[in-house]
Amino acid sequence: MTPPLLEVDDLVVHYPAGGMLRRREVQAVNGVSLRLEPGETLGLVGESGSGKSTLGRALLGLTPVTAGHVGFDGKRVSGRDRAGLAHLRRNAAMIFQDPFNALNPRQTIATSIAEVLRVKGEVPPAEVPARVAALLDLVGLRPDLAGRKPHALSGGQCQRAGIARALAIEPRLVIADECVAALDVSIQGQIINLLIELKARMGLAMIFIAHDLAIVRRLCDRVAVMYLGRIVEEGPTEAVFSSPRHPYTAALVAAIPSLDPARPLPADPLPGEPPSPLALPPGCAFHPRCRLARPECREMAPPARHDGERITACVLSPDEITTTQPRSMEP
Amino acid sequence: MRAGSLRLPLRLGRRYPAFGLGLGVVGLWLLLALFAPLVAPFDPILQDGTIALQPPSPAHPFGTDNFGRDVLSRVIWGARIDLQIAFLGVIFPFLIGTVLGTVSGYFGGLVDTVFMRILDVVLAFPFLVLMLAIIAILGPGLASFYIAMAMVGWVSYARLIRAQVLVLRGADFIVAAKSLGFGPLRIMFRHLLPNAIAGSIVFSMSDAVLVLLNGAAVSYLGLGVQPPVAEWGVMVAEGQGFITTAWWMTTFPGLAIVTLALGFSLLADGLGDMLGVRE
Repeated sequence: MTPPLLEVDDLVVHYPAGGMLRRREVQAVNGVSLRLEPGETLGLVGESGSGKSTLGRALLGLTPVTAGHVGFDGKRVSGRDRAGLAHLRRNAAMIFQDPFNALNPRQTIATSIAEVLRVKGEVPPAEVPARVAALLDLVGLRPDLAGRKPHALSGGQCQRAGIARALAIEPRLVIADECVAALDVSIQGQIINLLIELKARMGLAMIFIAHDLAIVRRLCDRVAVMYLGRIVEEGPTEAVFSSPRHPYTAALVAAIPSLDPARPLPADPLPGEPPSPLALPPGCAFHPRCRLARPECREMAPPARHDGERITACVLSPDEITTTQPRSMEP
Repeated sequence: MRAGSLRLPLRLGRRYPAFGLGLGVVGLWLLLALFAPLVAPFDPILQDGTIALQPPSPAHPFGTDNFGRDVLSRVIWGARIDLQIAFLGVIFPFLIGTVLGTVSGYFGGLVDTVFMRILDVVLAFPFLVLMLAIIAILGPGLASFYIAMAMVGWVSYARLIRAQVLVLRGADFIVAAKSLGFGPLRIMFRHLLPNAIAGSIVFSMSDAVLVLLNGAAVSYLGLGVQPPVAEWGVMVAEGQGFITTAWWMTTFPGLAIVTLALGFSLLADGLGDMLGVRE
């Protein structure tokens, strides 16, 4: 069996949140374990504040890791070992939410892409312009846009340029952090189709961070649902969406709006707001909002239960989760 | 000069009147300084006791000073020295402050703390007093003036740049640059600095005004340019004793300082509009 491309073991990311007298910590990621096979796409979903973006950044070593470790290609990345991190950064790239902010506003997009090629140094300098042109073509940007700066492009064009820059390092792993959330719906579709096409053509593994479940369902092989820094449920996308095994997932799925006006949304799919990551509730972090919470949920966090490909962190058995009917939903 | 090379400044001048006017004034002084030997009617240091302290006349439009030197010629030649003071007195603090501010803001932590404490020490003294002290130690002269300016003036640039860098440090394109494995030098000087520097460029123009006045003040106190070299500050100082009898000795170099300073001010204002910086 080939080793996984990316292996995350019990990753914890806490960072100080200021406070003069009492040192407080944001507990952004609290013990996440993940595996990603080459060419696989994993969707990472959850409410804002669930730690999904922090996790994405921690994977690339952009945020200090408090505990646990990240392995890439069988090499350890986190910790003091700079070689592992350098190896990861030569093989992994990130796509950002706000396309205008992700590119240097003072550089043309061709310069931005060429800089990546020059720094990596695998393309001979004479061939850099041709390679830049090929990359722009790959993401569907007209050659005459190459000399423009980000502010002279539309959001969709800019995001394509960002993707071209990410592809310039010929990554085996792409981390896309809410990469379509800031775009118009019609442009979202184009970018998603582009990602699907690139994934198939280049065999990219991808971690797709999103809160739009419809897009995740379209794009991802597997999905991991995060709540307050923990993965509460993980499994093949269709299985998780059609029969959620965690009350939180069930509530999220029930809250997906449908184009069918005859099917109203639940009146109050998920009461309240997530607790502050500055002060996590004891036990299962979800219990204050869970309709099915039991006394023991207050006491201890439920361990992850493995059942075939599916992982659930809930004390309830699958048939105890009440959910609205499994629904067919086309994005 | 080709006609095409004038088109851009003219177009900018129409869109940004303050910038155009400033460019015109500073440009005019620059041309006068450049062609001083051709434009100035007399030798600026040639003394002639027979025509001392003559009021403005067709032969000497700005009059003559107590040594019989032509004030107009001295003002024109003085532009050379004063423009040099404005340029060199700005460029060294600008470069030092920009580099230190960028490094300090980017690395943060201990590096930042050390730089900021040094900066606080410099700021703790009144600007001119500290400068005069440094010049007094190094000995009078323009070189000492430039060294003193560099040692004292960098703090403003360092603070400006550092504040911008702190804002930009968390921007996605900087995170992206890190994730792509770019080195710190590349991130600081190719990615952070070009986006952080606009405010400093604008400030450097208004700083040129202050430097110019400082240069004049230092020369006035006898610590800068030494006689008989024509420099506006020195000329004002020399004319001081004759202010009631020969007003032209101080008025014309004073007006020269005012117009050049105004030109730089207008340039700063216009550049601020152009680069989208508001102070």
